[in-house]
Amino acid sequence: MKDLHILEFSDKLAMVPIRVGFGTGLVKAGELDTNVVALCADLTGSVKMDGFATAFPERFFEVGIGEQNLVTIAAGLALTGKVPFTASYAAFSPGRNWEQIKTTACLNHVPVKVIGAHAGLYTGPDGATHQMLEDIALMRAMPGMVVMAPCDAVEAEKMTLAMAKDDRPNYMRVAREATPVITTDKTPFEIGKSYVFAEGSDVTIISTGTMTAPAMEAAEKLFKDGIDAEVVHVPTIKPLDTETILKSVRKTGCAVTVEEAQIIGGLGSAIAELLGENYPAPMKRIGMQDRYGESGEPAELLAHFGLDAKHIRLAAHHVHEQKNERK
Amino acid sequence: MSNTQSIIQLEEKAVNIRESIIRMLEHAGSGHSAGPLGLADIFTALYFDVMRIDPKNPTWEERDILLLSNGHCVPVQYATMAEAGYFPKSELLTLRKFGSRLQGHPERLKLPGLENTSGPLGSGLSQGCGIALGMRLDKQKQRHVYVVTGDGELNEGNIWEAAMFAPKYNLNNLTVIVDRNNIQIDGPTEVVMPLEDLKKKWESFGWHVLEIDGNDIETVIDALTMAKAIVEKPVCIIAYTIPGKGVDFMEQDYHWHGVPPNHEQAKQALHELRTLRGKIRGEHE
Repeated sequence: MKDLHILEFSDKLAMVPIRVGFGTGLVKAGELDTNVVALCADLTGSVKMDGFATAFPERFFEVGIGEQNLVTIAAGLALTGKVPFTASYAAFSPGRNWEQIKTTACLNHVPVKVIGAHAGLYTGPDGATHQMLEDIALMRAMPGMVVMAPCDAVEAEKMTLAMAKDDRPNYMRVAREATPVITTDKTPFEIGKSYVFAEGSDVTIISTGTMTAPAMEAAEKLFKDGIDAEVVHVPTIKPLDTETILKSVRKTGCAVTVEEAQIIGGLGSAIAELLGENYPAPMKRIGMQDRYGESGEPAELLAHFGLDAKHIRLAAHHVHEQKNERK
Repeated sequence: MSNTQSIIQLEEKAVNIRESIIRMLEHAGSGHSAGPLGLADIFTALYFDVMRIDPKNPTWEERDILLLSNGHCVPVQYATMAEAGYFPKSELLTLRKFGSRLQGHPERLKLPGLENTSGPLGSGLSQGCGIALGMRLDKQKQRHVYVVTGDGELNEGNIWEAAMFAPKYNLNNLTVIVDRNNIQIDGPTEVVMPLEDLKKKWESFGWHVLEIDGNDIETVIDALTMAKAIVEKPVCIIAYTIPGKGVDFMEQDYHWHGVPPNHEQAKQALHELRTLRGKIRGEHE
């Protein structure tokens, strides 16, 4: 058995929606700092802002179904020294209000927090319109924006607390369905840092958000195949922890990126840019291959579009072979 | 000093501001002419009479806040700020030049005294709502937020999202001034995308609406004073202005919306403004 120093994969992992971690983190952030305020666009329960709304009704603002209003009112609040958290579905925020986030949060340089809930294929039966897969690319392109995707509810809570103390605009994407809890209270988290969740020497699997759990699962299977995979979890896609990632790929010589998002402009692009400029190596990007999703159960969709441990394992074999052919 | 005397002085300041606008735009070689000239009287009223501000201390914690939502009209704000002493008038000629603090559209981080970054239309009123909410949370009862929007800008949906929001939270520390000059880039507003009945639209959204002559400084001051006194609703002032006001050949001509004067046109414009200055004292006698 591969020694995974975070967990041993099993069916016994707790299953908790990542958005729940955001909700508990937001209440704690509100307790710690009276400047923390929250705004929602008619999805308070769904995005887990209800806890904050109940605990701090005078600091909660319901803006109705208007995502442009959501982030621009937040920018105004931030101009007065408040730390506004805004939440809607990622398909609408930042899907619909990109320019407002650029001009009034980033160019204005105020700490508006954009929470994109129901991101990715885990939104399942709602279909392509609601499965936000372009958010990482959209937000990465924006100077000044911090882009993050927690791997589980525990990390989402830590991320939320860290966002409340960060003086930059931040984007965090969270998923709807329950996903495995793979970190603990003791797992380190800092904005801008990536973490080696499993050490290995043959291939680096670089994952973010919900895809870190299947990346760990793939690493276990690869070990049985005779390939010792290193898993680097990238909770902060921008700014990227180039040091940790380059160190790993210099050691293993090849990489697979995994994200529940479009490979164009997402984590895969970020890693391709980094490796292309610093340490060209065989790599493969797992993620949405320039397509839209469709209705279905999350597990069906993830398997259909190739975002699971099986496909990560195949990709790892592929880049590992490429590396060996070059020798 | 009599009230008439002070109004005369403000009108003369507005002429100074218009002269600055012409000089800046000619020197820049690009930018909007009509809107800034039309807004000079409103900006004079705000900066020299209505707003609680300290040009020497632009981050004063008790200050009122002005957001220019239609950022393309920023030459009038720069010219007014220089007139008020925020920075030297000589700097006005750097407008739109590389390295200047006076960006083509206003950027908060570039120039102290600017309260936000704007240009893409429609987001100033909602930012004003956020600031008004923040002031209320901080129990800053003396402070007031003013948002200036264009009329063409009202085509943007974001404006009406904010128009619904402000009455919901009764943001009576917020006043919006709509620069009703009836032009936008492609032509008259009522041809491009009809806005009327504008007063009824704002009233039906829950605002107290005042309609005024936006080129009469005394009227503008009276309306802004009244707006602060009305507490049961946020106030929308529809200020009818003449685009290009003060320069005969620019007035009411939408072609001047988005272009600057060339050297000859600027010379002619400055001549007309000198004539206007001569008339001010005569008219009040």
